[in-house]
Amino acid sequence: MSKFSLITKGLIKENPTFVLVLGMCPTLATTTSAMNGLEMGLATMFVLILSNIVISLLAPVVPDKVHIPVYIVVIATFVTLLQLLMQAYVPDVYATLGLFIPLIVVNCIILGRAEAFAGKNGPLDSALDGIGIGIGFTLSLTVIGIVREILGSGSVFGWKFLAGDGILAFVMAPGAFLVLGYLMVLFNKLAKK
Amino acid sequence: MVLCLTAVCLVCAALLGGVYLLTAAPIEAGAQKALNASISAVLPEGGELSEALSAEADGVSFQYYESRKDSLVQAYAVKSTTGGFGGPLTLMVGVLPDGTVYNTSVLSHSETPGLGAKCDQDENFMKQWRGFGPEKKLAVRKDGGDVDAITASTITSRAYTKAVLQAVNLVRGFSGMPVDAVSGATKKTEE
Repeated sequence: MSKFSLITKGLIKENPTFVLVLGMCPTLATTTSAMNGLEMGLATMFVLILSNIVISLLAPVVPDKVHIPVYIVVIATFVTLLQLLMQAYVPDVYATLGLFIPLIVVNCIILGRAEAFAGKNGPLDSALDGIGIGIGFTLSLTVIGIVREILGSGSVFGWKFLAGDGILAFVMAPGAFLVLGYLMVLFNKLAKK
Repeated sequence: MVLCLTAVCLVCAALLGGVYLLTAAPIEAGAQKALNASISAVLPEGGELSEALSAEADGVSFQYYESRKDSLVQAYAVKSTTGGFGGPLTLMVGVLPDGTVYNTSVLSHSETPGLGAKCDQDENFMKQWRGFGPEKKLAVRKDGGDVDAITASTITSRAYTKAVLQAVNLVRGFSGMPVDAVSGATKKTEE
């Protein structure tokens, strides 16, 4: 596989949200606005790239029996690092996303990529895979966030174009499922062509 | 096998410890800055701020700050915590000695983004606290009070109202005024 297609496959063919349907918890929970979705996507991408690199380096020396615990420890370490760094240097972002950052540990995209890709490939390819899947995840969350924000709050990235409240259901859990479902249909329809 | 896992854990723990040491100071400084900003946001200007003091009301201990002008207390800033929808909701409440709310500000919350989290963004919700006098009842309209709740976030609004009420009651206690009963905003309020 060429280096370039390692990145692009995460966007469409192996889009983590709409095709692989992984990491649904943060997808549904944090996409109440476009900004939240974008920030969550970037946070996940940061952990994904670093954990992919480290795991691809560790994989050859880690015995099979303990590889999952080792991966989890590595991932949890990066998530905690991210949490501390965000708290220290971007407290405003941390204030909105803080609750969901620890959940990145159990995001199956990260463990999934560690198992399916980083454990079997070199650090460079794994980093590219992390970037590709990370961008795919970030874009998906941002798109869901944009749709939910438009319908639910009448604004995009905090810019309000509609007075009033919007359809509140779209900010809440049911709206998350609805938007995700319709976008998934649309995405797969377009991707097949 | 054991060796490998131990080694990985040791390295990770060391890394985390290092980053914690690095970030502890900025996190602490950020929290202190946020605290100072919230105190000055809820108090009238021009007062001289005291150190952190503490007092008890209803068996709960509160941290508060006095703002003095010409050696007279012109207002109190009370840190008040209640149980919100997603976790503790902590406010800084500025209260004048007669029990009037001067202003409020959110220190920390874990409310739902887009819903309860609006408690520190929603203009209409926030501005109603400015000058909320003792003649009005500190309860959301649904409960027969004079507080306009945030749409679809009654629990958060109740918790917010309760936090304000706690602070007002504390100050009324200082001046020997009668206090309103703190109604059960949420069933579980123990931290």
